[in-house]
Amino acid sequence: MLDLDKIRKDFPILQRRINDHPLIYFDSAATSQKPRQVIEAIKDFYEKYNANVHRAVHTLSQEASELYENAHEEVAKFINAKGMEEIIFVRGTTEAINLVAYAWGLQNLKREDEVLVTLMEHHSNIVPWENLSRVKGFKVKYAEVNDDGTLNYETFENAISDKTRIVCLSHVSNVTGVINDVKRVAKIAHEYGSLVLVDGAQSVPHLPVDVKDLDIDLLAFSGHKMLGPTGIGVLYGRREILEEMEPFHGGGEMIKEVTFDTMTGRCSISWNDLPWKFEAGTPNICGGVGLMAALKYLKDVGMENVKAHEKTLTEYAIIHMQECDRVKIYGPRDVRVKCGIIPFSVDGLSSHDVALFLDSYGIMIRSGFHCAQPLHEKFKLKSSVRVSFYIYNTHEEIDRFVEVLKETGQF
Amino acid sequence: MVGFEDYVARIEETCGEEKEFVVIFRYDKKHDAITKILEKAAVKKSISRIIFELTFRNVSFRLYGTGKAIFRNLKGKDELKKVLSALLL
Repeated sequence: MLDLDKIRKDFPILQRRINDHPLIYFDSAATSQKPRQVIEAIKDFYEKYNANVHRAVHTLSQEASELYENAHEEVAKFINAKGMEEIIFVRGTTEAINLVAYAWGLQNLKREDEVLVTLMEHHSNIVPWENLSRVKGFKVKYAEVNDDGTLNYETFENAISDKTRIVCLSHVSNVTGVINDVKRVAKIAHEYGSLVLVDGAQSVPHLPVDVKDLDIDLLAFSGHKMLGPTGIGVLYGRREILEEMEPFHGGGEMIKEVTFDTMTGRCSISWNDLPWKFEAGTPNICGGVGLMAALKYLKDVGMENVKAHEKTLTEYAIIHMQECDRVKIYGPRDVRVKCGIIPFSVDGLSSHDVALFLDSYGIMIRSGFHCAQPLHEKFKLKSSVRVSFYIYNTHEEIDRFVEVLKETGQF
Repeated sequence: MVGFEDYVARIEETCGEEKEFVVIFRYDKKHDAITKILEKAAVKKSISRIIFELTFRNVSFRLYGTGKAIFRNLKGKDELKKVLSALLL
């Protein structure tokens, strides 16, 4: 069980009033709020340890390097990776997926190959593959989504073949909250010799995620959706895959040596060890430190507790949102197959109207496509409204949200 | 010279087939902007004086007491700018 009063006191922003109402933040799928432990870790870093990493022998640089490396180690433990060599820090999920597309895909994908994604993907797991296919000529195939928003495993199994080189799918849909059976997908993909890249942006912050148990090859997620700062994210990759991949960006930090050959008039370059081979330039050191503080916070709360709390909130919200006459909920209602994300629409109102109306009452929700237009087309929706929960949300906030939602009937 | 930009902090253009424009008025000018708009546009409906459904030159829009407005069925941003200029200046 969560000590909700204690948790809420850790989030200073929750004390705010917006438009003369107490802030209710139901947009954690877009970005989460930050506890003071994370805010203080960032402040502490800049006040006491700020220096560049892996660049100097002075004390500050050594301390900053140690903190930054510890952050990689903590991420590895959090998702049960073998070690920090499998953890690459990037800006976020989008950059992690682009890294795979351009570092692995550019090197390995050929015209006759296929990349298999699903129709429920965030644009960040579609656009890099479509872009690269225009350069390399391979085919991007899409597994279908059922009417309730769950993945159609039959179309997935029909679409996969010996030509499939990589399967890219979200663990949890950012629109419906549907949890995909990644373990099942990975088993099938591996039978065909395909890699599996999982977009964990909406799962790693909300569920216990174990890369070994899921048997996945690559996992991308963002720090800012799991109580950490923006601008820091993670690409997990199995060591042997990362070893074989060419670097994404070139520059300092990612090389061991750059030597000029007077005979050829060119430089010869050798790459640094993992994970630094993929972290060119001065990294987001403070972001790493902030992420480490966020992971510690979540570990102290317990990921099973996080999952259980969001499950009760989601169940409660679905029951009470159904009391609103003009509200239509999309996606499954069974909380065993979904996380704390509920998309809906209000008959006769655009999603932005609903969001602006709720904003008048201090309730922050998301409206639009949520960067997943193909899924909205599947649902024949111009856009939708989305509420998403996290550890700091309460049943009382849902009561207030439903009360205001009912007032949209006045339109 | 005063322009509608003096009242407007940001214009968000929504994506999708039927584009909507969400206009966010400058915090310190939002009351002025709301007053001016309510003087010029015809109020079709008002909900607790928090939300106003309005029309102005055949353009329907909703104005929120929080200093935001949502315009739909416009041809583009240029038309929106013309409407905002006419409403605010």
